[in-house]
Amino acid sequence: MRALSPLLRLLGGRLAQAGLVALLVGSACFLMVRTLPGDMAYRIAASRYGYDLVDTAAARAVHAELGLDRPWYVQLAGWFGDLARLDLGTSLASGEKVLEKLGIELGHTLLLAGVALALSALIGLPLGALAGLRAGSALDRAALVGAAALRAVPSFVLGVGLMILLAAEWNLLPAGGVGEWEEVILPALTLALGLAAASSRVTRDAVAAVVASPFFGFARAKGLGDGLAFRRHGVRNAAIPVVSYLTLQMVLLVEGVVVVEALFAWPGIGHALVHAVLGRDIPVVQGAALVMGLLFVLLNTAADLACWSLDPRRRA
Amino acid sequence: MLHRRDFLAGLAGLAALGHGRGALAQAGTSAGAGAAIFRVVTPYEINGLDPVRSGFVFTRLQIAETLLGADDGGRPVPQLATAWSLSEDRLRWRFTLRPAARFHDGTPVTATAVAACLERARALPGVLINAPIARITAEEDTVVIQTTRPFASMPAFVAHSSTMILAPAAFEGETVRAILGTGPYRVAEMVLPQRVDAVRFEGWDGPAPAVERLSYLAAGRGETRGTMAESGQAEMVCQLAPETVDRLRRNPRVQVVVQAIPRTRLIKLNCGSPLFSDARARRALSLALDRAGMARALLRSAPSAATQLFPASMAEWHVPSLAPLERNLEEARRLLGELGWQPGAEGILAREGRPFRFTLRTFSDRPELPVLATAMQSQLREIGVDMQIAIVNSGEIPAGHQDGTLEAALLARNFALVPDPLGTLLLDFGPKGGDWGAMNWSSPELVAVMEKLGGTADPAERAALRGRAATILHEEMPVIPVSWFDQSTAISRRVAHLTVDPLELSYRIAGARWAS
Repeated sequence: MRALSPLLRLLGGRLAQAGLVALLVGSACFLMVRTLPGDMAYRIAASRYGYDLVDTAAARAVHAELGLDRPWYVQLAGWFGDLARLDLGTSLASGEKVLEKLGIELGHTLLLAGVALALSALIGLPLGALAGLRAGSALDRAALVGAAALRAVPSFVLGVGLMILLAAEWNLLPAGGVGEWEEVILPALTLALGLAAASSRVTRDAVAAVVASPFFGFARAKGLGDGLAFRRHGVRNAAIPVVSYLTLQMVLLVEGVVVVEALFAWPGIGHALVHAVLGRDIPVVQGAALVMGLLFVLLNTAADLACWSLDPRRRA
Repeated sequence: MLHRRDFLAGLAGLAALGHGRGALAQAGTSAGAGAAIFRVVTPYEINGLDPVRSGFVFTRLQIAETLLGADDGGRPVPQLATAWSLSEDRLRWRFTLRPAARFHDGTPVTATAVAACLERARALPGVLINAPIARITAEEDTVVIQTTRPFASMPAFVAHSSTMILAPAAFEGETVRAILGTGPYRVAEMVLPQRVDAVRFEGWDGPAPAVERLSYLAAGRGETRGTMAESGQAEMVCQLAPETVDRLRRNPRVQVVVQAIPRTRLIKLNCGSPLFSDARARRALSLALDRAGMARALLRSAPSAATQLFPASMAEWHVPSLAPLERNLEEARRLLGELGWQPGAEGILAREGRPFRFTLRTFSDRPELPVLATAMQSQLREIGVDMQIAIVNSGEIPAGHQDGTLEAALLARNFALVPDPLGTLLLDFGPKGGDWGAMNWSSPELVAVMEKLGGTADPAERAALRGRAATILHEEMPVIPVSWFDQSTAISRRVAHLTVDPLELSYRIAGARWAS
């Protein structure tokens, strides 16, 4: 029982955080979109009907239909009222229910993010561990240069490069689309390379620190081989900073998803967010940002729980 | 050897299961399973199901139909209506429906259902709202559209995608819940806003298309579309970015079709402004533009430099005898001098102490527009005109037109919003100008000419009137033409008998076959 109360405190804190996120994200998105330059009604009409067909009559119709002349606080309060009933409203552009729409798009994004994380773990963690075990070696230095280069390249450029190489030149993978399993690989790889660049360095540092520590030296001194000493005494100790860092990577992932989804025609939540901002589709902007914000809280909670179970000192 | 396409086709069944989540599946996706898939890639996302929003996707894919279609020249051809006629008083259009036509839910197409669908379209922003329609009714197997005045462009208006016909079951109240059209293909599956899969409709009353299955994908980035064409991942890729065209031309697997379409990039001027109220000032700006240079260097298509408002591809409206628009800085300076403009501080022209300075609004929905604006900025600077550029939302142009704050705008205008350009011209150059057309400019003669065109059926008289309209616009220059549009489409060599529709009404997949 004694071990449970810090856990409950942790979960309670995260729950409060989730509530705050909803409040702040919802209001901030609403106010930001409202203060963007340009007449909202025209912009919404353009995203509905195509700019060719948008004239003042169409914009007036949109204005009246959506009640855009109501005071802003009435509109914002309306959104929170709906949110309390778990209703995120209706897209101003397409007329779809935001909750249904985001549910579908979130599914696509989570699939993409999941594959990207798995690929990045496959690439980054072993590479980082190897470099850490041989800190200062040629491999370590080469990995550093490679990671710095990959991190420095924007995901858009990386994506186009991979597309040209793997899709156009070698014809191994499709360049874009959604539905077939192979279509997730290129966008996921684009994200994964950027993630692996960073996670390999964190893993390397954590492993190097463990290898240099007195307890690891003691394990070696009592006669354990390199591999066995690392598996018994290294992995768990090195994992704590790595797990915390992987969570931070979600920030990179969310940032990358927005660009990569648009590039690879992947109908995920980042893609939806970009279109909604351009089209002044406030309910979709609020909904997408809210879902992303809550996702952060959820991931942080998951990381806390993982560290909690990895590290017996926290449970003490 | 296993080709990727065969591999993909083999996977089709699996894939249909694979993305069940999030897919708006419509009943019975089994037909044509295993057949090769014709894949179309375009930049246009499917923004909801309503015909006024994304009808064009479904009409182009021949899933839904409009009453009439149009041939390459914009002349009406039968589609859901087999015949049409106009009453003696020229106020009643009668459309006879294809007798064996069926909706994709199996129900027969009735005149009542069609009339209801058109009435609904008429109440929403689209093109029908701009037609002088009194009412739309069903009479036996015909649909009757009654107008308040003679309106010769009606066949073109009922060819617009926002007037596409859906089954009564497609609607739930006012909302469209499914695409139940009447075309040779029916929706098998949708992943909005990116993808639509369709299969041959067994109830189709015409000859069965050779292509059994098709898949539409919206890929917004030009780089992505270019790569998909290059790697053979699509049978048809629309709207190629200029920089990808040269590379694709060298690819033996694809054919690049470049086609002029009835669309013009133009500068809209506030003719009420003291800067532009005199036609000579507008002509001077036009004379300063290096259209040939911009077409070659920025658009990578020398023939797209505009010599008049209507491109040569709009044969009925293009007047070959008009003096082509050219660059002539000397003449431009002379015209501005006539108007009292003298070189002032920093080489900017001035008149009564005021510099020749204005702001041009443009938008980035079409990525080439800001680039063209920048080029024109430096070209105008050569004659002492200081043009500032504001990159705004497209809506700022009609809004600025309405509140009078707009000075100039660079935009792209589609003259085939409906297949008959008169539809667009009426919107743009009427007595009060138009949001995307003239501003504070009108020509009683042009208005009279367009009115006559709307009521005349005699071909010779119509041709003369069209020529007159084009000439007035050329001389008065309420808008300054900059360049015409070329549309580049990549078509895979695996496909035969596929032509590209210059009016973008259809991808014409039902008429294509697989190359053997």
